[in-house]
Amino acid sequence: MAEATKKKILKPLKNFPTQEYLNSGHRACQGCAEVLAVRHVLKAIGPDMILAMATGCMEIISSPYPLTSWNVPWIHVAFENAAAVASGVESALKVLRRKGRIPDKDITVVAMGGDGGTSDIGFQALSGMMERGQKVIYVCVDNEAYMNTGIQRSSSTPFGATTTTSPAGKVHPSGQNTWKKDMTAIAAAHGIPYAATACPSYYMDLAKKIQKAKQAPGPAYIHILSVCPTGWRIPPNKAIEFGQLAVDTGVFPLYEVENGVWKLSRKPKELKPVAEYFNGQGRYRHLDATLTAYIQEKVLEKWNRLVKLCEASGGKEAETKED
Amino acid sequence: MGQRVGIEVSIAAAEAVGLCDADVIAAYPITPQTHVVEHLAELVADGHLDAEFVPVESEHSAMSVCCGSVAAGARTFTATASQGLALMAEIVYIASSMRLPMVMFLSNRALSAPLSIWNDHSDTMMVRDSGWIQVFCENGQEVYDAIFHAFRVSEDPRVLLPVMINVDGFTLTHVIEPIEFWTKDMVGKYLPPFKPVYTLHPDKVLSMGAFGMPEIYTESKYAHDQAVLNSRAVIDRAWNELAELTGRNYSAVQEYKTEGADTLILAMGSICETASLAVDQMREDGKKVGLVRLRLWRPFPSDNLRRVLGAAKDVVVLDRSISTGGASAPVTSEIRAAMYHEPNRPKIHCMVAGLGGRDVTPEDVCKMVDMALAEKTFDYHIYGVRG
Repeated sequence: MAEATKKKILKPLKNFPTQEYLNSGHRACQGCAEVLAVRHVLKAIGPDMILAMATGCMEIISSPYPLTSWNVPWIHVAFENAAAVASGVESALKVLRRKGRIPDKDITVVAMGGDGGTSDIGFQALSGMMERGQKVIYVCVDNEAYMNTGIQRSSSTPFGATTTTSPAGKVHPSGQNTWKKDMTAIAAAHGIPYAATACPSYYMDLAKKIQKAKQAPGPAYIHILSVCPTGWRIPPNKAIEFGQLAVDTGVFPLYEVENGVWKLSRKPKELKPVAEYFNGQGRYRHLDATLTAYIQEKVLEKWNRLVKLCEASGGKEAETKED
Repeated sequence: MGQRVGIEVSIAAAEAVGLCDADVIAAYPITPQTHVVEHLAELVADGHLDAEFVPVESEHSAMSVCCGSVAAGARTFTATASQGLALMAEIVYIASSMRLPMVMFLSNRALSAPLSIWNDHSDTMMVRDSGWIQVFCENGQEVYDAIFHAFRVSEDPRVLLPVMINVDGFTLTHVIEPIEFWTKDMVGKYLPPFKPVYTLHPDKVLSMGAFGMPEIYTESKYAHDQAVLNSRAVIDRAWNELAELTGRNYSAVQEYKTEGADTLILAMGSICETASLAVDQMREDGKKVGLVRLRLWRPFPSDNLRRVLGAAKDVVVLDRSISTGGASAPVTSEIRAAMYHEPNRPKIHCMVAGLGGRDVTPEDVCKMVDMALAEKTFDYHIYGVRG
C-alpha cells in the first residue's frame, strides 16, 4: 500500500483555484484564519467531495437556515460525530458504487471539526474512524479554545493561555495550566497512512498536505492551527502573522507523518523566542518572565524531541522552503 | 409462500434485513441485541449480503454513521438496546428531525441503575418524543414481518422517517419460534428499491443540517409532527399489502376477546401473549375481560383507541416502564390523555409491571386486573414490590 502511494505523482498546485467552495457572505469574525484554512482545504480537494462538519464556529457561521455558504455537498449532524457521519457517508458511497447505484466516481469524503469537536468531545468517534480505516480526510481546524461558545478552554488550549474557563488568577497565575493535547501524534499512532500539521499562514504547505491526504489509501488527519483574532485578543489584520510566528517559534511545528515516517515540513535555522509570539496576544498578556521562560523551555524540549523523532524515523530534512 | 422454520427471533430478524438488501449496517454490541448484528456480520462476511458492516466504537457513532449513510442514499439498519439507545439518544432525535429514513431493531431492556440486562420498556420510552415511528411486536413472526414493513414505510417518499421496531429483550429476542420466511420474490413485490429524495453527492450540491433560528424552529417542528401524523396512512396501507402477501393481519390496535368486555387490558409487546392467556382464564371464570394490543406507539393511534376503549368501564394498562415521580406511567398517561374529553370514558388504571426482567405470568395479570378493579382510585401502582 505504501509503495503504491509513493508512485503516484503529486502535481503541486501552482496557483490556487479561483473557484470558491465556501462562499463569501458567511458570518465569521473579521480576520478569521479558520475560514481561510477551510477555503484552502476545499480548493485543494476540488468539487468532488462531501463534507461532514461538526457543530462549531464553521458550522454556525455558514448555515443559518435557509441560507448556506457551501458549494460542496455538506452535512452537519451534531458536535461530536463528524468523523462518524463521514464514516457513514464513506461506507454508503463504497457500497452504492459497488452495487452500481451511483455513478462510478471518486468522491473525497472530508470530516471537519474544531479543536473541541476533535480533541475533546469528538475524540472517540475520530479514533474509531481512523482505527476502522475509513477513507476520510479528517481536518481539525484548531483555534485553541471553544470560541463559538465564548472562548472556553479545551484540551487543545496551550499552556499559559487565558480563556473564560481558564482565567489567570492568584491561585492559577498561568491561566491554562495543562499542555496542549498532541492530536497529530495521537492520530499517527493509529497507524494511518497520513497525518500532518498545517497552518494557513503557510498555505502552499497546507494545500500540498491536503492533496497528499486525498491520495492516501486510508484515513488521513490534518491538524490546522487556525488563528482566532477574537479569542486570542489580537487585531484581525495580524492573523497571518501570528500563524507564522507560531510555526517559527516552534510552538506549532509543521510536520507530516507519512506511512510512519516523520518529517518536518519547515525547519527554521533558528527558532524565534516564544516571547515574540506571545507579545501582542491578549490571551498571554498576564505571563511574566518566569512563566515565559518555563514555556520557552518546554517548547524547545518538545521541538527537539520532534526533530529527533524525524531523524530516527528517516524523515531527515525539512523540505518546504516557501513562505 | 415462504418456508416455515424454527429459528431464534434475532436471527430471523437479521435474515429479514438481509432479504431487504440493506446497504449499510452500523452497530455496537449490547446485550440482548447482539445476535441480530452478529448474524448480519456473518451474512456480510460470507457474501450473502452485499453491505458495509461498520463496527463502530459506540452507539453514538452507530447512529451517526447511520445518519451519514442515509444522507448518502444507502438503505441503513442498526440495532441496539437500553444504555446503547441512551447513548445514541442525542442523534436519535436528529435522525428523525433531519428526515433520514432507517430501521432500528431495539431489544427492549431496562435502563441502569442498577444495571439490568433484562427486559422492560424504559429504553424506548426515553425517546418517546423523538419523532420516530415506533412499533411493538408480540411474537417472532411479527418481528420478522415488521422488518419489511419498517423499511417500506420509512423509505416511502411521503414518510421519510426512521422506524424503531421494539422487541422485548430475551423474552422475544432470544426465543426460538416457528417463523414463516419470505421469498426474494415476495420482498421484490413488497419493498421497492430505496430511492432517496435528497442525497449528498457532488452532482447535485446541497446542504443538510442547517441550524434553525427562532423564526424557523417552530415551523420545522410542526412539519416533523405533521410528517409523523401523516405517516399513519402509509403505515396502514403497508400493513394491508403485507396481509395480502402473507395472510397475516396487522393493525395499529388489535383486539382480543373484547366483545362485550367491561374490562380491557391494554399492553404493548410480548406481554400481550401472557395477557391473552390471562384473558382466556378470566373469560372461563365468567369475567367480561378483553385485551387491547397497542402495536403502533408513534404515531399514537388516538382515534382507534377511543373507539375501542370507549365502550369499556375499566381499562387496566400494563405499563412496562416507570415515569419516576410522574403522574402515572408513560402508556397510561397517553391513554388517559386520549380519553379525557370522551363523553363515555372508562376508568383507566395504571399497573407498572415487569420492570427489569421481573417475570409476569398470566396469574399476575389476573391479579392485577382484580387489584385494579378493587381499588377505587390511584394514579399508578407498581405491581409485585416485595416488602
